[in-house]
Formats: sequence, structure tokens, C-alpha cells
Amino acid sequence: MSGDFSIIGKPTAMIDAAEKTTGAGKYTDDLSVPGMLVGKILHSPYPHARIKRIDTSRAERLDGVVAVVVGKDAPNPYGILPVGHDEHALALDKVRYVGDNVACVVAVSEAIAEKALELVDVEYEVLPACFDPEESMKSETDLIHDNKPHNLEKDYHHVFGDPDKGFADADHVAEARFIANEVTHAAMEPHSTLASFELDPHTGKLGRLTVWSSTQVPYYLQHKLSLVLEMPMSQIRVIKPLVGGGFGGKSEVIPLEIIAAVAARKAKAPVKITYTREEVFWAHRGRPRTIIDLKTGIKNDGRITAVKARVVQDGGAYCSYGVVTILYSGALLGALYDIPNIQYDGYRVLTNKPACGAMRGHGTVNVRFAFESQLDELAAKIGMDPAEIRQRNLLQPPCITVNGLRVQSYGLPECIEKTVERSGWKQRKGKLPKGRGLGIACSHYVSGAANSIIRSDMPHSTVNIKIDRDGGVVVYTGASEIGQGSDTMTAQVAAEVLGCSLARVRVIAADTDLTPIDIGSYSSRVTFMAGNATLRAAEEVKKSIAAAAAKKMGCSRDDLVFRDDLVSKKGMQFTGTPETAAGEGARSTQPGASVSGRVEGQILRGSLQQKRKEEGPKEWMTFEEAVVTAIDFHGALTGTGSYAPPQEARGGKHKGGGVGPSPAYSYSAQVAEVTVDEETGEVTVHKVWAAHDCGRALNPVSVEGQIIGSVWMGMGQALTEEMVWKDGMLMNPGLLEYRSPSSIESPEVEPIIVESIDPEGPFGAKECSEGSLAATIPAIANAIYDAVGVRLHESPFTPERVLAALRAKKNAKALNLTEGVDPTAPERFREHGGSLWFKGKGPERHALDPARRESPEAGGPD
Amino acid sequence: MKKELIELRVNGRAHELAIEPSALLLDVLRLDLALTGSKRACDDSSCGACTVLVDGVAMFSCTLLAASCEGQEITTIEGVSEHGSLAAIQKAYGDWGGAQCGYCTPGFIMTVKSLLAENPDPSESDVRSALSSNLCRCTGYSQMYEAIKSAIEAEREGMAAK
Repeated sequence: MSGDFSIIGKPTAMIDAAEKTTGAGKYTDDLSVPGMLVGKILHSPYPHARIKRIDTSRAERLDGVVAVVVGKDAPNPYGILPVGHDEHALALDKVRYVGDNVACVVAVSEAIAEKALELVDVEYEVLPACFDPEESMKSETDLIHDNKPHNLEKDYHHVFGDPDKGFADADHVAEARFIANEVTHAAMEPHSTLASFELDPHTGKLGRLTVWSSTQVPYYLQHKLSLVLEMPMSQIRVIKPLVGGGFGGKSEVIPLEIIAAVAARKAKAPVKITYTREEVFWAHRGRPRTIIDLKTGIKNDGRITAVKARVVQDGGAYCSYGVVTILYSGALLGALYDIPNIQYDGYRVLTNKPACGAMRGHGTVNVRFAFESQLDELAAKIGMDPAEIRQRNLLQPPCITVNGLRVQSYGLPECIEKTVERSGWKQRKGKLPKGRGLGIACSHYVSGAANSIIRSDMPHSTVNIKIDRDGGVVVYTGASEIGQGSDTMTAQVAAEVLGCSLARVRVIAADTDLTPIDIGSYSSRVTFMAGNATLRAAEEVKKSIAAAAAKKMGCSRDDLVFRDDLVSKKGMQFTGTPETAAGEGARSTQPGASVSGRVEGQILRGSLQQKRKEEGPKEWMTFEEAVVTAIDFHGALTGTGSYAPPQEARGGKHKGGGVGPSPAYSYSAQVAEVTVDEETGEVTVHKVWAAHDCGRALNPVSVEGQIIGSVWMGMGQALTEEMVWKDGMLMNPGLLEYRSPSSIESPEVEPIIVESIDPEGPFGAKECSEGSLAATIPAIANAIYDAVGVRLHESPFTPERVLAALRAKKNAKALNLTEGVDPTAPERFREHGGSLWFKGKGPERHALDPARRESPEAGGPD
Repeated sequence: MKKELIELRVNGRAHELAIEPSALLLDVLRLDLALTGSKRACDDSSCGACTVLVDGVAMFSCTLLAASCEGQEITTIEGVSEHGSLAAIQKAYGDWGGAQCGYCTPGFIMTVKSLLAENPDPSESDVRSALSSNLCRCTGYSQMYEAIKSAIEAEREGMAAK
């Protein structure tokens, strides 16, 4: 298949790989500008409080402090969603979570800034706080935001088809409550922003602003900065340097990005703010703790008749992407299987904790865990193979689902087939020794949202290309490389279309002054949308080159083939390699390669070149010759391409129907093999077979890397990762305590690429970076069931939870793990970094815990 | 705090520096010497992004006093490239997808350098155990194993060719 292409489909090192492996590449915190000051943020120690007074005078007097910024320095509200402008650079009157932003000190060094933070006097009036979403929904007074009654950010109630009839028709119905606890991105690079103003030559005052920031969405940042600073967008330049991972955590405007700009304005000097790891946890925007009450009905033949889901998300103190998250949770019940009747009730609730937002697999992951677990349970009920029940409920694309999602390419059947085959499912399922098991689950995800969060008919991506006499191809794209391979994909697509080598292509990306708009790296949209825009821009330039070359070669434009740095007539047979056949003029594919004794680039003035130019019609031209011919012919060689999702893919007309539709969906099927230690409750994942339908794999190394990375992150959420709260305080704000899996705990993942070739994707490509995550959690849950016969309804599946389930099963006593579990009840809370529940005050310590030995009265006997 | 004058040898070059006795090696490398390849990611030596070699031993520079490294040979990621070209491990990390966002990569490469110096032919479990001092949130580690394997082979072939 990849034989038809010269660039795409081949494993390709990322074009920025050397920058990363040599340490030469610059991330935001690696940057400095002359006169740069350091900003440090004062955070709220209370989960909910009114600010009665802030006195910054003592801090300002400290030697080395340049400015102290407070809320009234930039009072305009902002938020990533137009419906959710509920944040301020710094708190105006109220703080809403432990870690909320109160003031910012700008000083000549970090040490002085930190000292000054202690000198800022803030008087708070502490207010009652809500930490549990179901409690929060009952609130009448002391609301988190005055305009949100019952602390309800948003609720949606969708009915598609006739769910009541569907359940009446069902032969079996399963109903259960699932809980997925809160997780966060924990990208390795802490957020960092550097803001610098220029002096305006005409007014003599602060003029244009340049912001370097670790962001997935430079253009949204530019927009929000313009709202808060009351500056025209044209006066704000946002540059995205290398970004050390995002996973959604940098897909909206994070407080420090606004604060740095406000601080730079007040300090009249460049200011850099970099979060500590603890601040990154407070900035959060991760996946909310989600309570899912799920009901599924099936016929005896395995066909799903109806699904009903009530979803409550603990959204934290601000809207963030919340409205979108709660809509995704319902909308993506569709488009994986054929479900005729769906009822969805979604509640996004505000609580006094850091705001949740978008995280890899946005909105779909937790509901998918519940759904795939329940489907497994139903399969067991009717004695059907769990792989088969999934095959019984496939869609018949092209189709439009009951909730208005258009599905075209659909590689799910092949994904299931391939994982079943590779994992030896049929031979091994049910035949493994006790304690060892296999589980299967599926998932899907959008290849970009069909509707932008800011409603408009503007293209979602635009790409410009210019080619100059040097034969170098420069691609200008607003798409944001965050480690996923965006820049490499862009270069590959341009090189493939133009038939030139990858080394010719230079990508200039994500700089709002230089690059045309692209709405950012989120919802897995870049390959599909920016890829399509690149393809169109390259096609446009190619057309210009072809017109000139065809004239020169005395043939029709359609008879030309662009490939391997050559433009030749179709059907022309080179003997041997094209290079040898084409002679010395065409040898160069690497910059600096010698061409007829001259360094490439000089060829344009070379005598050989001139001779060939005078020769008249010919069978082939080098890429450079063709480019020069085209520039002679047209004057300049530029092309522009843009992409907007087609109207047909933009979804139904119901309220909230704009979220969920995508021009294409990726599909995943996974089998996980686990062992469960029945003594300790410890789950070990040995291997995951993950088949992912990415349309066409433009760069197989990257696609496999994304699949493995998604599965691995899903495994983290399934087994260890969890944000643990006590009275609104995060108990584990560190990379070790958060328990991100290390190489020791990480299983082998076998990625299996399935290529369904999407009719609208660039070369048929779709998303590959998020869709696989959601299947891993239920695949592991189902494997645990296969191993030891217990169903886990709450993630992560820590030894405590597994053990409790095992014990409950042994005593034949029904134990609902989530019953009575309330992280906010004062008599119960969780151990630091773990998931044990305790009664009474303070965590009980293990007998050998050093904390206990130091203070013998702490804790008690088991 | 009063500054002290120290001499630090980094990547084969000596630097005379006036630093506070409490200055951490990572800060001195990044701020005083502008060697920003070593990264800060966790603040509490749990992630390994700041790993450097001190006399050949992999150390977390975020919890090491710069002054304590006087007289020792410090190697950072900037000192890994050989004679103006990528070292085998750097090339392999690029080719095999061992680096995605790249933020943890310098730390991992330093850890691998130290592992291979000690044990030129590590088993997979040796590699896993060595890499467990560093965290990555992108790759799930798998493609790093491939990269390390291929770098070892490349080194071996390179030696044979010589």
C-alpha cells in the first residue's frame, strides 16, 4: 500500500528529533530575554473564601521586588468557552479552590519573589465549600458562582429513539453505578510563559506584546489575552516554542499565561512565570471524577436495544471545557456501536476544587469504561463471547447514528478481528490458570471536532507554502507541535504532494505573526484538518509548477509525475534508480549534495542548468529546475490551503448537538492480559494488544508511539493514577505520589495499525493519539473479571479496591464499593497518595510508618 | 547569602562561577551556564528529567548542590553529541520514536549512557530497571527499549568497522 507513496507510510524520525535528543531545542522555560524578571503567584489556602482585603505594600517594599499584581489590575473575565467566561487573571473578590490565584509578585529573582509572597497580606472570610458533586448540586446558598444555581454549570437531557420501548424489548437489562476517579495530564513540562512588551515608536508607550508559552492553542491564547488586556489581537504575538507534552492540559488558557502578560505590563519589563509541579496539579484541567449510572438492554442474540446513562461530573471551580466534556460523554455513546435508543442525562457540577477540563479522550473515557464493562457483564449473562457481542453490534457505514453523527470509514470490525487473532483470544480465553485473565474492549474518538468552540464559518486550519529559487519548500502552519508529530506530519504531506525530499521542507509553525490561523492541537484534529490544509496548499503550488513544467516539457499538466525530487512525464521508465537515469543533474536529494560539481543552490546559475534550459522540451526536470521554470513563468510560487469540516458532518440540530460530530472517527479494539494476586489484590498487566484504525498511517513510528502512549496512559488511570482529596486539598501533588507508572510497571503493548482509508482524510488519514486510551481501562477491568470473577465499578483498580471486591465475593455478601463512599464526609478520608478509606481523624499509619514512630499517639491499631 | 567562587568542570570545560552555596546544580547549569538541556519537571527528584553524569554516575541535578561538584567531571546532554554528530543513542531515540515531546529525553539519555557504561550488554530487565529512575508521560517506554537495543547494535557495528 505504501508503495504508492514515496514519503508517507514510511517510518520517519520526527523532523525535530535531534533538537530533542541533544537538548538544543528550547522549551518556554529555557528562554530568556534581557531584563527578564521572574513572576511568582500567591495561591489561596482556602477552598472557598471571600477576599476582604489585600495589602501588598510590605511585599512591594522588599528590595528586588518590581511589582505586585492583583485582580483589579486586569478585571476582565475570560474562559476558554464563550459560554464560560468565569475566570479572572487573579481573584477579584473570591477564591474558589485551594490554589486559586490571588496575587503575583514580580522580582529580580525567584528567591526574592518567593520571600515577597510571604509579605502579601490577605484577609479572607472563609465560606462553606462543596467537594462532592452530588452534595454540591443540592446547594442553595454560598454558591461557587452567583449565576449558577445549585452549583450546576450545565445539564443536558437527550433522548434519541425510544429508550423506554428499547428496554421493554430487551431480554436482559443490566444496571449499575460506575465511578472513575479524577486524573490529570501531568505532562513532563510544567507550564511556563514569558511575556514581553515592546515600546511603540509612535506613542512612546508600551506597544506590542509578545508571549512565548507552553500551549496547545496559541490562537486561543492570543484571543483571550486580547480580551483581558483590552488590546487588539493584531498587537499580540503568541509564539509556541517546543512543548513538553500537553494531553489537553495546555489546550486552554491557563492562569499563568494571562498573569505573566498582566505582570509584564505592570512591571514594564519582560516577565517569565514557570509553575512548580504542585502548581501544575492545581492548574489541572484534567479528567473529572465521574459518576455514571448506566443501564443497558440487550436481546438474547446480543443486540443492544437501549442505553440510558446519567452522568455527573465533578467539574471543579470553573467552567473550563466543562460544557463540552459533559456533551462528549453523551454524544460518544454513539458512533462506536449501533445503538437504536439512547437516553442521556448529563450534569456538569461546580465544586471547590481545581477546574477540570479536556484530557486525552476528552469526555469519552469514563463513560466508555462503564459501558464496555457492562457490555461484558451482559455477554456473560447470555453466555456469549465478549468479542462476539461487540461484533453483533457493529454499525453499517456509511451511516448517520441515531444522535446525528456521520460515520464513514469504520475499521472497528478489522480492529476486533486483529486483536482477537494476535492475542490468541479464541484459543486462550477461559483456559488460563486462575488468577490470570484476558479482557476485551473497544473505543473510538473524533478526528477533530466538526464545530469550532467559537462558532464561525472560518476554516479550522489554514496553511501557506512558499517555494523560492533555492528549491526549499517552506510550510507555514498554525498547527501546534506538542510532541505528537504535528510538524513532521506537515512536512511529510507537503513533500509527498510535491514529490520532493523531506529534507527540502522547512516547517514554520505556531507563531501568530508568521503563520495562518489554526485552532490548535486538541480533539485529535491536526492530522485530519491541518493535514488536509497542507495537502491543499501543496496541491495549489504543485499546480503552478506543473503548468510551467508542462509548457517546458511540451506535454499536458496531467501527464506529469512529481516524485523523488523529479518532475517527469507519466510512464517514463527510468532504468535503475531515477537518479542514475536522470543523470548528474538530478542526483541531489540532500541539502548540500553536489550537483555537477557545484553545491546545490548554485545549480540555478550553473552552466549545466543554463544548457538544460536552452535544450528545449525534455522528458524530465529536477524539482529545482521545475521550480525555477515556474518562478520564471508565474513570478512567485506560493500556495494556500484551508480546511473546514463539511456541513454534512456537523451533526444534529438538537441543543448541544454541536459537540460530538467529527468528519471522521478513529476506532480501537484491545485485549489486555492481566494477573491478579488474590492475596494482595495487586493487578499486573502483562500485555495489551491494541488495534487502532487511524485511516492511513502517515508515519507508522509516530502512529505506534501514539497508540502505545494512549494505552499506557489508560493503564495508569486503570491501575494507579488518582488525585486524592481531603477537604479540597490535593493530597498527592507530586509525580511520585500521583503514581505515574514507571518502566517497571509498564507492560508490553503491541500496537496493530488498521488502515480504513477515510474518504476525506489527508491520504485517508484519521486520528491516532486519543482513541486508544478509553478501551484500555475496561479491557483491564474485563480481564480482572476473567481472572478472578470480580467486577470493579470504581477506577483506579488499586489493590485495596480489588481486595475488597474479592473479599465481598468470598463472603457471598454483596458489597457495593462505592456505597457510602464520600470523599467529603469529615469522618472518612483517604490516605495520602493511596486509596484506603479511614474512619476517624487522621490517617492510620502502618506500624512501621516513620510518621507513627515519631509520634506514638498518631494512628491506632488495626 | 554570600556568593562563593567555584570552578565547575562541565562537558570537558572549566567554568569559574560565583554562586550561592545553596545553589542547585540544575539551576547553575540552566541559569549560569545556559545549558538548558537538563530539565526541571518535578522539584523533588521523582522524575529524572534533570539527570546528568557526575564522574560518570547518573545523578539528579535538581537535588545536588553545585558547590559539592567542584573537582568532579559533569556531563550534561549537551556533552553527549560526538564530534559534531549525533551519538548512536541520540540517533536511535529519534529513529525509533523514543522521544515524543522530548522533555524527558535528555534525562533518559543520560541514564542510558550511565547504564551502558556500566553494563554494555544489558538484558531487557536491566534496561527497565535502569529507566525506572526517570518518568515519561508520552511514550509508555516501549519505543525507548527499541531505541536502546538499536543503539547498542550500532555501537557494536561501529566498533567492528573500526
